[in-house]
Order: sequence, then C-alpha cells, then structure tokens
Amino acid sequence: MGRRVTSRARHAVLRRLLAAVAVLWGAVTVTFFAVALAGGDQVAAILGPEAASVPGLREETAARFGLDRPLLAQYLDRLGGLFTGDLGVSYQRGVPVSSLLAGQIGPTLQLAVSAAVFGAVLAVGLTVLTAGGGRVARGAASLLELLAVAVPPFWFGIALLWIFSFTLGWFPAFGAAGIASLVLPTLALALPVAGVLAQVMRQELDVADRRPFALSARARGLGPKELVWRHTLRHTLVPVTTLSAWGLGTLIGGAVLVEKVFSRPGVGRVLVDAVSHRDTAVVSAVVVLAALAFVVTNLLAELLYPVIDARLRSRVPDAAPETAR
Amino acid sequence: MTATLASPTPVRAGRRALRSRILLLIAGLAAVAAAVVLLAPGWVAPFPPDAGDFANTFAPPGGAHLMGTDQLGRDVWSRIVFGARLSVVVGLVATLLAVGLGSVLGLLAAFVGGPVETLILRIVDVWLSFPELLLALLVIALIGPGPTNVAVAIGIAAAPYYCRLVRAQALTVVRSEYVEAARVLGVPPLRTALRHVLPNVGGPVVVLASLGSGTAISAAAGLSLLGLGSLPPTPEWGAMLAEGQDHLATAWWIAIFPGLAVVAVVLVVTVLGRAMQARSLR
Repeated sequence: MGRRVTSRARHAVLRRLLAAVAVLWGAVTVTFFAVALAGGDQVAAILGPEAASVPGLREETAARFGLDRPLLAQYLDRLGGLFTGDLGVSYQRGVPVSSLLAGQIGPTLQLAVSAAVFGAVLAVGLTVLTAGGGRVARGAASLLELLAVAVPPFWFGIALLWIFSFTLGWFPAFGAAGIASLVLPTLALALPVAGVLAQVMRQELDVADRRPFALSARARGLGPKELVWRHTLRHTLVPVTTLSAWGLGTLIGGAVLVEKVFSRPGVGRVLVDAVSHRDTAVVSAVVVLAALAFVVTNLLAELLYPVIDARLRSRVPDAAPETAR
Repeated sequence: MTATLASPTPVRAGRRALRSRILLLIAGLAAVAAAVVLLAPGWVAPFPPDAGDFANTFAPPGGAHLMGTDQLGRDVWSRIVFGARLSVVVGLVATLLAVGLGSVLGLLAAFVGGPVETLILRIVDVWLSFPELLLALLVIALIGPGPTNVAVAIGIAAAPYYCRLVRAQALTVVRSEYVEAARVLGVPPLRTALRHVLPNVGGPVVVLASLGSGTAISAAAGLSLLGLGSLPPTPEWGAMLAEGQDHLATAWWIAIFPGLAVVAVVLVVTVLGRAMQARSLR
C-alpha cells in the first residue's frame, strides 16, 4: 500500500513537472511568434525610418541580428538559447540581453523580496490583531484591506515621496544606495500584496474558526489569540501558497512602476526603455523570464501542498485548490 | 471565491441586506456623478483644461482653484474632470475588450469541446503565466504606444480570466436542471439561451468585469505614467501624475490629486463589484 502511494505521488510530481515545462515552452513560442508576426518589420524598427532606406544597411542589419534566416531556424535558436542562457541581442543597444539584465536584476530582486516579506508580515499582523476582535476591529481591518487593494502602488509611492522625502526629509527621494532608499519603495510595493493576502487569510481563519477542533480548543480554555497562533493560523498557509505565483506577478508588474516613481535602477527601467524604443528582443526576453519565474513558483506551490496540509498527503496532489485570481 | 458566510441569524441578515443596499445607493450616486463628469465635464469644471494662467502658476489649493494650479497655471481640478474622460474610457474599453475576447474563447471551449477546448485551455494556461502588466508592455512594444493601444494591451492581458470564468459558467449552466427542464417543457432553444442561460452566465462575469475595470483604469494610468499612453499636454490622470512628480518637492497637489481620482474610481467600482457579488451569493 505504502509503495503504491509513493509511486503515485512520484507520478503526479512528474506530471506537474511536465505541465510546467509545457507552459514554459508555450510562453516562449507565443512571445516568439507574436513578435515575428505582429511586430511588423523588425529590421525597419531597429534602423528607424531614415536609415532603413540606405542601400545595403537593411541586409547588413538583418544579418547582424540573425533576422535574415528562416523563421523556423530563428525559433529553434530561441528555444535552444533557453538552455544555454542566450536571450538574444538587444536591437537598441546591440549587446546581449543577458548582460544587459545581469547588472539590473539585483536591485529589482532586492525590492521584490523585501516587499514580499514585508507584505506577508503586514498581512499576518493585521490578521492576528483582528482575529477574535469585535465588529469594529474587523470593520477597520476590512476597510484597510479595501484601501490597500484600491490604491495603485505608483500613486502610493508618490504620496510617500511627498510626505517622507520632500516634507520630512527622512528618506532619499531616488536611487538605490543603502537600506534607507529601499524603505519607501518596499512600502509602496508591499501594500497591494498585503491587502489581498490579509483578505484571503481572514476568510480562511473564519472557516477554521468554525471547525470542531477550534471548539474543542476553546473548551480546553484557550483564548482567542492562543487559538490563532497555535491552531488556526496554519490553516491560512494553503490559500497563501496558492496565491504565491499571483503575488509574484503582481510584484514584478508593480516593481516596474515603483522603480519608475523612485528612479531606481532595475529590470523595470530597462524594460520600459525597451518598450518605448520597441526593442522587442529585450521585451520578449524579460516577459519570458517572468513567465519562467511564475511557472517555477507555481510548481513549488503545487509540490508544497501535501507538505503543508497533511490532509492532502493521502491523495494525489491533484486535489490542490485551483489557482485563484 | 466560495461563500464563507456564517449561517446568518435574521438580525444579521437584515443588517447585511441594509449594508448592501447602502453600498448600492452609494455606487449608484457615484455612477450618476461619473455620467455627468464624462458627458458634460463643463458643468463641473470651472476652467477649460488647457487654459494656462501664467500670473498664477503653482497656486496652492483653495480660493478660485479648488485643487490649485500646475506649472502653467492650469486648474488641476478642471484637468482632472476633463481627464476622467480619457482615463475612465480607456479602462472601460480595455475591460469590454477583455470580456468580449474572453467570452468568445470561453463559449467556444464550452460548446465545441474536444481538442478545441483542450487547445484553448492550454493557451489560457500559457497566457496566465505572464504577469498582466508585463504582457501589456509586450503588446505595446509590438503595436506602439498611445491611449488606444494601451486599451488594447490591457484588454489582451486581462482576457484569459474571463475566458476561464465564462467557460466554467457556461458548462454548469448548460448542464443544470433548469435548462434541462426548459428543454423538456418545449421552450425553444433561442428563448432558453436568452432567458435561462445568458442571465446565469452573465452575472458572475459582470461582477468580475466591475472589479476588473478598476484594475484596468489603474493600469492605464500606470502605463501613462511610464510615458506609453497619453502624453503630457493631454489632460489624463497618469500623464498628470508624471508631470506632477517633477514638481513634487514644491507643489504636491499637481501629482497627488490626479492619483486620488484613480483611487476614488477604483474604490467605487470595487465596492460596487463586491456588493453585487454578495447579492449573488445570497
């Protein structure tokens, strides 16, 4: 019996792995053909309207970026590049995309990780503080969550700049030097994530609170705070895990805007610059990298379910909750 | 999202009904205000949006200028009122586009089934693996910047959510007992589709679209802030934010108020969407 369960579990893991690889393949394929078919004449886009009419320059440029080869060969090259880390060459700057991003990924990662940690702490704090509280506490919490979801991070960033940088002078207004410059962008980026997390956690806490085990814990004399810390809080881990890939997407998208507001170096700046110059090589590489991060996070989340929730261990992890929006 | 409401006592249920009715009233009033601002901005705005007053630049809020003036002496409140047209309409068009595209694919998947359904679902999986804003940026890189293209980009990025929802709804409704009953009773197929299937597919889609239009309006402002939507002389909230940020140290009101307008609109559509959601769950 035990052996059958493990072989079934291994089978399920393998299937999830294959599905993740398939989605990633799809992401590369979709971006490649979207650029090739809807991107218009890429050589003309690289050269600009005047240079495109210079005789010989077209052919030379096309050869330089490998755009003169058959579409299928370019596509296979792109797929192969995934394994070698070759993300193509920037049309605008003529340097490999990987080296263009290498120096910028650090500050963005720093911002995203600190926002994720702070957002999670904020959400847990709000949930624990208002758990078992009265109607007023719960109302205030849900109002805060609503505001957190409705306030765009870019505007919150501007408001923080106005108050804490220009009026109070506590934090630098731009750049990415030192911890102080990380505080305000982190706050701006963490807010929407914290709002959604707190909402979902509170909902799940309410469900757990009505379970018989909560009643029996209360009967043993546990106070509301003890009940949350020792029993019901861990029930919120499953929906939070489900949301992790969504949260990653929100953080990546938000980071682009927050980096702009705080004039921080990072992938966001490179990306926006590439979009306004229609440098599709850079844009599609960044989009594919984001999809890779999403797929990996989702896969980890799916594999974590049975670790987090013992009830899912006896079944194939197929029973994992559907990814919520 | 599943209903996690406690079994309501009559008093609680009454209170909840009252609250949802109050929320609907607020949302209705906001909708009327929005209609006035969108259709007749001249009624609410005391100045034309591009009327500069060089003797009166950077005037703080108060007096003749409710929200102050900007670096060219233009009235910030008037620009917000006129800017609503572009900012809100771009978000709404994007949402309509997403609903349309998602519904077509979702209905196709639900009714054709087989390999077509599998193909559409796999495409949606890939589609959802891109962060929404990054997908919108990719589309803009392909078709170029500008307010129209921003609407298209946001619409394309949001469509897969509607596709999933419409497919799931269509499947449950078509297989439901009341549709079966209508068929047995001899109700003609078209009448069944319009009277029984459509309202039950449409409800949740309208809820998601209401919540989604807030995200879309916010995303449109964000893309303008990045310089990819409407550009500065145009009164548009994101473009105003971008302009105002340059003067944040001396004149906070130029950037803060257009952002507050985004917050207000997103709050209203979110509250409206949730009120509808709560009603449909009861």
